[in-house]
Parts: sequence; C-alpha cells; structure tokens
Amino acid sequence: MSLKRNIQDLRKRKIEAQKGGGDVAIEKQVAMGKLTARERILYILDENSFHEYDLFVEHLARDFDMDKKVLHGDGVITGTGTIYGLPVCIYAQDFTVAGGSLGLMHARKITKIMDHALKMRVPLIGINDSGGARIQEGVNSLAGYGEIFFRNTIASGVIPQISVILGPCAGGAVYSPALTDFVFVVENISKMFITGPNVIKTVLGEEISMEELGGAKVHCEISGNAHFYARSEQDCFEQIKKLIDYIPRNNTEKAQKKEPREPLKKYNIDNIVPSNPRYPYDIKDIIKSITDGSEFFEIMEMYAPNIVIGFGRLDGKTCGFVANQPKVLAGVLDCDSSDKAARFIRYCDSFNIPIITLEDMPGYLPGVDQEHMGVIRHGAKILYAYSEATVPKITVIIRKAYGGGYIAMNSRHLRADFVFAWPTAEIAVMGPEGAANIVFRKEIMEAEDPEAMRKQKIEEYKEKFANPFVAAAKGYVDQVIEPSETRSMLLHALDVSENKSVQMPRKKHGIPPF
Amino acid sequence: MDVNDDNIYGEYPTLLIGSGKYLTNITSKFQNRKKWEPHDPKKILTVIPGTVIDVLVKSGQMVKKGETLLILEAMKMQNQILMPFDGKIKKVYIKPDEKVPKNYLMIEIA
Repeated sequence: MSLKRNIQDLRKRKIEAQKGGGDVAIEKQVAMGKLTARERILYILDENSFHEYDLFVEHLARDFDMDKKVLHGDGVITGTGTIYGLPVCIYAQDFTVAGGSLGLMHARKITKIMDHALKMRVPLIGINDSGGARIQEGVNSLAGYGEIFFRNTIASGVIPQISVILGPCAGGAVYSPALTDFVFVVENISKMFITGPNVIKTVLGEEISMEELGGAKVHCEISGNAHFYARSEQDCFEQIKKLIDYIPRNNTEKAQKKEPREPLKKYNIDNIVPSNPRYPYDIKDIIKSITDGSEFFEIMEMYAPNIVIGFGRLDGKTCGFVANQPKVLAGVLDCDSSDKAARFIRYCDSFNIPIITLEDMPGYLPGVDQEHMGVIRHGAKILYAYSEATVPKITVIIRKAYGGGYIAMNSRHLRADFVFAWPTAEIAVMGPEGAANIVFRKEIMEAEDPEAMRKQKIEEYKEKFANPFVAAAKGYVDQVIEPSETRSMLLHALDVSENKSVQMPRKKHGIPPF
Repeated sequence: MDVNDDNIYGEYPTLLIGSGKYLTNITSKFQNRKKWEPHDPKKILTVIPGTVIDVLVKSGQMVKKGETLLILEAMKMQNQILMPFDGKIKKVYIKPDEKVPKNYLMIEIA
C-alpha cells in the first residue's frame, strides 16, 4: 500500500466511524428533537478545537451474538478541546449507537478521558444520553459505572466536573451526574430516574409519565438534582460556556480576572429595600446593584428559591453570592435551602472563589415536616460549610438577622473575615415580637390592657435591640455602612483578603452532616 | 424605601414565622407539604409498597399479639406483618395478589 492509499484508507475509516449509528439512527435522534453527540460537542467547544480520541475502539462483548455487531466508537465520543481558549476534556454518549448503552469499552473510553482531565487539571464535561447498562455485557457494564463513579469522587474538588443530561439517564447511570459539581438539563429532553415509570407501574401500580417522574423541571424544582434548566440544547450549551467562564480550571488556580465594570445605574441600591422588615423585595436586585455590569449568574434558580446562590464579579474577579430571598418564604432557612447553600459554599471554597453573603432572614422555618425531615442536620450543613471555608468570607447584613440563622449566615463567630451591616439591620436573638413576649411576659400579663402593653414593649424592644449597633458595640459587626457604600467596601475587603492564609488542623477529612 | 403600606404589597401572601408576620411568596413545595397526623396503632398501614401474598385473618376474628396477619411481598422479600397487640380484627381492606402503595390501610383493629 502506498502512503497515499494508507491515508485514503484512514479517511474512509474515520468517515465510517464518525457516522455513529448510521443515517437511520441519526434520523430517529433528530426526530426526538435532539442533536447528535458530535453536534453537541462541536457546539460547546471553540470552533475547530475538538480533537477526538479512541474513535476506533471496539466493544468486547462476545455473548448473545454481539461479536457480529459493529458499534462505532462503542457509543461514546471522547476528546479534548477549548472553551474561550481554555482546554477542557469532554465526552458525549452517542444514543444512535446501541442506544448509547454503557459497555466495558464505552466505560473505558470515559474513564480514560476522566483520568486525563484529572492529570492535566482541566475541567471535565460529560454529556449523558444513554439507555443505561448494556445488558449483553452483564457485570462488565456495572464495573464500568463503578470505575466512573470512583473517578468522579476522586476528581471532586480538584477539577470542575459538569454533567449535561440530554436524553435518558436512568438506573445506576444517574450517580455519575449526582457526584459532579453541576448538572444541566433541558426541557422535554432530559430524563433522570433510578427506576423508570414501567417498573413503578409493575411493582406499585402507580402510573406516572417519564416527564412527571424525572423530567427537567422535576429535578430543577423538586428534587434539586439539577442546577441549570434550559429550554433548548443551544440555550443549555450557552449556559455551560458562561459557567466555565466564571470558574477556575482547577483547585490550584483562581478564576480568570475580567475587565472591571461598574454596576448599571438602573439598580439603585438606596431604593430597593423597604425598611419595614415585614415587606418583601427581590434580593437579586441588591446583588445586581453591586456586581460588575449588574451581571449575576444564578445557580439552582428554581430549587429552594428562598435562598439565592450564584456567581457575579467584583472588580473583574469571580465571587460566589449566597443571599436570603425575602420575596420567597420570607427568606427562611429550611432543609432545602440549607442543602443548596452549603454545597455551593463548599464549591466556592474548593475552587478559591471568595464568598459574599447577603443576609436578610427571620430564622429557620418552623413546622413538623421540617423537624421530621431533619432540619437540624440539614441546617447544620450551612454552619459546617461556612466554618470550614477558608476563602475570603464577607457578610453584609441588610435587614433581619435573627437567632440561629444569624449565626449560620457566615457570622463573625464562624470566622467571617468582614461583617458589614446596613443601618436597617436587626441583629437579635429573635424577632422583636417574640422576644418582647418572653422578656416582658410578666409586665404584659399584669397590665390593665395587655395588648397595648404588648405593643408598647415590642416597640421598646425594637428601639433597643432591633438595630446593628448592639452587635457593632461587641465587635461582631465590623462596620455599619450606608447601602451605597456596599460595593466599595466589598471591593476593598476583597483586595485586603487577596492573600488570605488560614491554617486548619491536619485531618483526613471532616464528617459533615451529609 | 420608607413605605409603610401593606396595600402596595397586596399580591403577597402572609407567612407567620415565630411571632413575626411577613409578606412573601409561598413555594408550591411548602404549600403542598404533608400535614402531620398522629399514628393510630389500630390501623395497620404498609410501610413499603408491595403485593399482598396471603391474608391470614378475617374481620371479627380475635388475634393474639405476635400472630401473623398477612404476608406482604416487597422488594422481592416476603414480609410477615404481625399483630401489634391482642385484639379483634375490625376490617380487612386487602385481598391476596393486590398491589398496595406505601401508607395504605390494610387492616383495622377494633
């Protein structure tokens, strides 16, 4: 064979293998409203940056006549490329090849690119679109999943791991996304569950559609398994690129600094918060009145919306925001919002992202369901995450900071680096109504007009304690600031914290209240 | 903003936390939360969904504590459901081969 013929042969083989499951299967994929695995990778990565490996890998199944079947690439495309010029490792399961089912070699391709990502300290993006384990390969496919889960765990907190669910992701397969940092889902396309509607129907007689059981909305709103919701695959890919732009490539670096920008004029920080603590407002307006270009990239927007988490930039540097949302459930902490915030705090801490906490909450949510669901151990996660975090931690108390919630929301006592309070702040052991009822119980009971006395005592308590100055007098609050000073105080505090260094006692790992 | 007028927040429902009343949106998850009910020991409920294999008691029958009431197959295991205390069966709500969900009332004790 001449070199020319060798090259032609190679090209022919590549074209053949790149077709995946072939034209008919691709047509079916398109009919389901889905892009192909290759299209997905090319959309996410910079133009002409994708380099594929293991295209010629063949499956090893010999039973059930599988040896006669050709499965191009064994149902998964793996490779490297760049996003905004920075390298990433990526894989996409190809549903057109045996339903994207996971066999031994399929798994080996994935684990190889994962090992690569970890070794090179670059982010890993995994696109899931698979019918699950390849039953013909038996326990080998289970072994494959196990090898993936193990690597997800080992790489956790070292490199960013992103999972994109663009098709079914069922049974054991769901645990890889669950172990990664961020899960992206798309309306009508993503389906995640441990046991599907059919099993549930045969075993339990309960009828439910795939969408209602484990669709995109369910995981964004109810289960909290997914972090980003998109209406189309293209929207989803734009979100991924935006996220990648906010975070560092690994746990030894900081996020890339961007050109600093002022917030937009339309977010006037003096004009957002009603001073009456009973009244709602949108905390995201406060965040946008502080961040560069008034940009805020929210995470888990639909889950536990009583707490808001996400990224914004201050002076061009990525910061993680954790903020109570008075507009929803008065901004209380509960099981879900504690889980949501705690995990995000740990993410920021792992990846050297300073944490800005904006506080306005009346405490933990009362209720039998909350207590029985374990609000004690869930709520403890926030305390744990803040206490353990060694990145710069800055708190701004905007209005209510009552009771256990005050301690939990990155208080001085959990080693906040800076605690600022607005003059509207109410830092107290509990709300004035409750406190007055306890402290002045005798006076109220014995009064001629208990209701009038109660009102008077509540006012008295408010006057004396529902303000930032009691805490400031003890040094728990570093400075009481005007709202309009917030951004400049934060910028300065971040500058001062640039080289923050904290020594923690040596340990293998802590035992957080998972 | 120094507005002291509930009316401009008219679209917000009220949430009571401690003794503070707040105008705020309520999430559907919060709204749909299950009301707690005390457990009635006279009602034998399923703790796991499954299939009734056999029912060993009839209504009106006297049963001693520890005797088997029924066999429920769940997660490929056959579980004996035992009488919690001496008593009389008031009503049996299930029959063999029936599939039952979680928290389903199977037997009531008088």
